[in-house]
Amino acid sequence: MSAESWVLIWESLLETIYMVAVSGAISALVGIPLGVLVHITRPDQILARPVLHRVLGVVVNAARSVPFIILMVAIIPLTRLLAGTSIGTTAAIVPLSIASIPFVARIAEGALNEVPGGLIEAAEAMGATPFQIITRVLLPEALPGLIHGMTLTLVTLVSYSAMAGAIGGGGLGDLGIRYGYQRFDPVIMLATVVVLVVVVQLIQSAGEKLQARCEHK
Amino acid sequence: MIRFEKVSKVFRGSSGTVKALDDVSLWIPEGSIYGVIGSSGAGKSTLIRCANLLERPTAGRVVVDGRDLVQLSPADLRNARRDIGMIFQYFNLLANSTVYENIALPLKLAGEKAARIEETIAPLLELVGLEDKRDSYPSQLSGGQKQRVAIARALASQPKVLLCDEATSALDPKTTVSILNLLRDINRKLGLTILLITHEMEVVKSICDQVAILSDGQVVEHNDVESFFLNPQTDLAREFVRAAVHEKPIEDLPAGIQKEQTEGSHPVLHITFLGNSTVQPLITQAARQFNLDFSIIQADMETVHGKTMGFLTVEVVGDELNAKSAQAFLRKHDLQVEVAGYVC
Ligand SMILES: Nc1ncnc2c1ncn2[C@@H]1O[C@H](COP(=O)(O)OP(=O)(O)O)[C@@H](O)[C@H]1O
Ligand SMILES: [Mg+2]
Repeated sequence: MSAESWVLIWESLLETIYMVAVSGAISALVGIPLGVLVHITRPDQILARPVLHRVLGVVVNAARSVPFIILMVAIIPLTRLLAGTSIGTTAAIVPLSIASIPFVARIAEGALNEVPGGLIEAAEAMGATPFQIITRVLLPEALPGLIHGMTLTLVTLVSYSAMAGAIGGGGLGDLGIRYGYQRFDPVIMLATVVVLVVVVQLIQSAGEKLQARCEHK
Repeated sequence: MIRFEKVSKVFRGSSGTVKALDDVSLWIPEGSIYGVIGSSGAGKSTLIRCANLLERPTAGRVVVDGRDLVQLSPADLRNARRDIGMIFQYFNLLANSTVYENIALPLKLAGEKAARIEETIAPLLELVGLEDKRDSYPSQLSGGQKQRVAIARALASQPKVLLCDEATSALDPKTTVSILNLLRDINRKLGLTILLITHEMEVVKSICDQVAILSDGQVVEHNDVESFFLNPQTDLAREFVRAAVHEKPIEDLPAGIQKEQTEGSHPVLHITFLGNSTVQPLITQAARQFNLDFSIIQADMETVHGKTMGFLTVEVVGDELNAKSAQAFLRKHDLQVEVAGYVC
């Protein structure tokens, strides 16, 4: 493979990392609080609001059931509004974030549901405020589950970012399609796939290590 | 220190309503260890959870250290709760936090500085005997050690009251004894008022000063522990005491015992007494004086509230009137005598 090809792959890799990192961070910053909200509004939880809980649940599920490729096209006006353009890596961050927020929220809710109710009661008995219960009990106890969820999210984002690449988003997926498929250069296509596999492996094993370090069950 | 005044609690669920507490009034004196006993579903947990308003009563007042908790604003209630420690059957420790961090939790919630937290926790670790487990995680501890951490955590905010919800029910008998001893120590050293609920009479027998029996949400009987064991007033109390002293129910004794007196039958007596020195001579004397034969069916000595108590079941053979006089004689000498049934 030529030096030129290596440069192409390197640049595409950086673009992929950029898209995945930024949309991953946004999805955590919005998705985890949303998951907390869905959790604590459950009828048996500290901020029981059954109606709000149900509405949030429906919204999260609806957002999750839209196929990414359709979501990406459907929200182009919003993307243009937020990113100023609808093509390129920065533009791709908008649909990637919007697709992963409900995913993270659902996973966070699941991790929070695993925290035993007795712990919440113990904290209430100590005079904890609802906010303290969230920050001192719920989140620390759910941390391993949250890390597991974020690992899944990042892996999913890598493959979504490849799809986003296909409609002009840049990154490894874009490179694979342009060179491998359209110009029929199997070497670059193969190299792209190998790099993607390595990226996913790295995310997965880093996530598992981090999770094991916080888990003391 | 804690006063339940006409406390009722009704749960409304899809399957109808349950009256878990029905007009309960109890007074737990400062510095005492007060036990509430009852069968499963009697309302014990609901009662103790009303003492810090984890459960809000449907009616009545809960006064702790002079404050009616029901009237407090959410913020004042949180403050009041800092003076009320609580431990649970399944410990409820943070799994991903160390022993130290767990004990520090109530102090962090109260906004204490790290140095102050360190100062408070070191003696607590010593008190519960876990100095060497400071950086362990709960999963590395035995059940008894976990409950010790929970006790230290409950004491961290220097409460005046400790609530124990079946605190030893998940522990083996030996560990139970060590935890009960620790609670007794804390009660004496710190003057802490302890309200505990349990379905095990063993707990009441070994550490409580006073006891109440709950049944279907109502207080059936309450008394100091000695009187309760010596002279239970209700059938339910008698049943609990009998079970606690390993006395077989009368129906399980060798055949032929009946409730009713018939021609030629003689009485079987339950005799309960405090101390053990005077009983033997008293029974010998009664046998001689009234020309009777006492044959012991079962006998058990127990330590109740630190005192020795005896529980005898005897068959009295001889003249019917003399047997009655013997009972009166024994009663006069401060033995509790009760006719359990008759045998032929
Ligand atoms: N949150 C609840 N919702 C509905 N019913 C409840 C609830 N908590 C307790 N109960 C009912 O109240 C009664 C007393 O329960 P509880 O106080 O837990 O008894 P105990 O601790 O003596 O076993 C039981 O019939 C139980 O089913
Ligand atoms: Mg209970």
